[in-house]
Amino acid sequence: MYETPLFLPAGDQALVVELGDAIDAGVNRRVHDLAQRVEAVEVAGVVDLIPAYRSLLVQYDATTTSLAALQSSLLKLCSDPGGQPLERPRVVHIPTLYGGEHGPDLPYVAEQCGMTTDEVVRVHSETEYLVHMMGFTPGFPYLGGLDERLATPRLATPRQEIPAGSVGIAESQTGVYPFASPGGWRLIGRTPVTMFDPVGEPPSLLAAGDYVRFTPLQSENDYAEVRGRVESGEFQVTVTAKQ
Amino acid sequence: MLTTVQDCGRYGFQRFGVPVSGALDEFALRFANALVGNDDGAAGLEMTVVGPVARFLADTWIAVTGADLSPKLDGEPLPQWRATRVSEGGELTFHGMRDGMRAYLAVAGGLDVPVVMGSRSTNLKARFGGYEGRRLEKGDVLSALPPRGEDGPVPRRLPGGYIVPTYGESHEIRVVLGPQSDAFGPEAIATLLESSFEISLDSDRMGYRLDGPVINHKQGPDIVSDGNPPGAVQVPGDGVPTILLADRGTTGGYAKIATVITADLGRLAQAVPGQTVVFKEVDVEEGHRLIRENEAILTAIESGPPAAEKSLPILSVVVDGEPYEVVDEEGKPVASSEAGDPASAKRHSAHAEVGGQAYDFEVEIRRDGESRT
Repeated sequence: MYETPLFLPAGDQALVVELGDAIDAGVNRRVHDLAQRVEAVEVAGVVDLIPAYRSLLVQYDATTTSLAALQSSLLKLCSDPGGQPLERPRVVHIPTLYGGEHGPDLPYVAEQCGMTTDEVVRVHSETEYLVHMMGFTPGFPYLGGLDERLATPRLATPRQEIPAGSVGIAESQTGVYPFASPGGWRLIGRTPVTMFDPVGEPPSLLAAGDYVRFTPLQSENDYAEVRGRVESGEFQVTVTAKQ
Repeated sequence: MLTTVQDCGRYGFQRFGVPVSGALDEFALRFANALVGNDDGAAGLEMTVVGPVARFLADTWIAVTGADLSPKLDGEPLPQWRATRVSEGGELTFHGMRDGMRAYLAVAGGLDVPVVMGSRSTNLKARFGGYEGRRLEKGDVLSALPPRGEDGPVPRRLPGGYIVPTYGESHEIRVVLGPQSDAFGPEAIATLLESSFEISLDSDRMGYRLDGPVINHKQGPDIVSDGNPPGAVQVPGDGVPTILLADRGTTGGYAKIATVITADLGRLAQAVPGQTVVFKEVDVEEGHRLIRENEAILTAIESGPPAAEKSLPILSVVVDGEPYEVVDEEGKPVASSEAGDPASAKRHSAHAEVGGQAYDFEVEIRRDGESRT
């Protein structure tokens, strides 16, 4: 973590506020806190924010603010966290059916890690993962916190199509595919929940700064039951406050 | 044919990984909207290289700006960068790319497609927004929203003395260095600023790849992934720079050596694959000055006099780089202009555009009261 934030101009309509130079949960927490404060105090001229691992990209309108004014407001928010207390981060519980046709790589991952498939499921579902940032596709979370024992290399040849909702592992990352897409992650399970809906409010189930827990579903029947309720709009994911 | 519905883009959702989308030449779209009296954020069509054949099912006003794709209305050349009345049954056609590659069509009221996450822009990759989340196809019917004015649309004129953009074949694009210029040594920066690059065929609404000398990193191309600003010049491991445009992903892990300034993003998007680009470094303040300059032009249209029902062809005269006022035999202005320094009884080379046709000729200029003929 840097002592003072770095301000890096990114053209004439964006400014990067860099708080550190590594992937680190503490630095990332600061990024989300800063984003929340920028929103809360409605810093003049701010058009959009992209929180990332160790930096916040602030897009601004140069007709309503100057670089100097923006920088000084942001610096103040970095150094003086006072004012309103921040909301406690959310923990979003994502029901997931591990193994079987939904998680075809679960046996491979277990073998690689020297565990049983049940142990892999237990370790993977016991962790609270921090959403460091969103990107790649709408609704795709970059999750931090995978137990090192579960790290598994990607497929040598990516699959042509991975179904929406697939939960996978790639090296030391884990994540969920919001849309059907090609991909090389090792698939260990699948959630029946819709991760991203362009006309939903909000459109994305997850936001950067949230925590995620995967909750194991017990059977195909449970999966189908949840999927049915998702499709009829009756399903609500469980959201708790981070302890 | 790539014709999509676009507005000024989708903001507030990049944190969820949703790209901004929107017109690549935002200035041209906003200009067209201003000419037909629309709100700044109204949606229009972005028409790439080959325009559509569009039949109008009601009387309205339209404006075509941006690239010159040789538009015709009912078989007659359609002057661009001005509002034109269209009658029910009117047919807009395009007859070949002459300058630039993306033209914009604004229709009075703005196109009426569902607003998705605050915008009507098409996201082609994720297939939402715009018209059913896709490019337009033959047979699609689009509607316009009711015009803003109570008594119908209030089309506007070009600001006096304004010379409409032309794009040409080589492009000087201004950049601000960074945000990761420190990942590159002085040689790499010099390569960027002193070489000329060719726009690769492998370019689209997400980004322009540039063929030319490779740009080497000090260490490696990877950074801890961060947000992608519009116009970022990212350099992956192969050293081939890519400029990120409206459909870019929201985050990326390659070092960004420089970022194109707002005022030049639209001009860059008019550059055709195969054409050349050179970069010039400016500072952020210069970028902001140019943003304000463009905003002043758009404001001048919005607050300017309404266009006449039957407007004259636009005649603009530029002498030695200076715009001049032109009057007809009765002394009425054909096109007004900012006053330049008078020159007396001297012959100059001149360039004029009348109704979209370009003319080069010699002109004698003499001082005659406050007007120059």
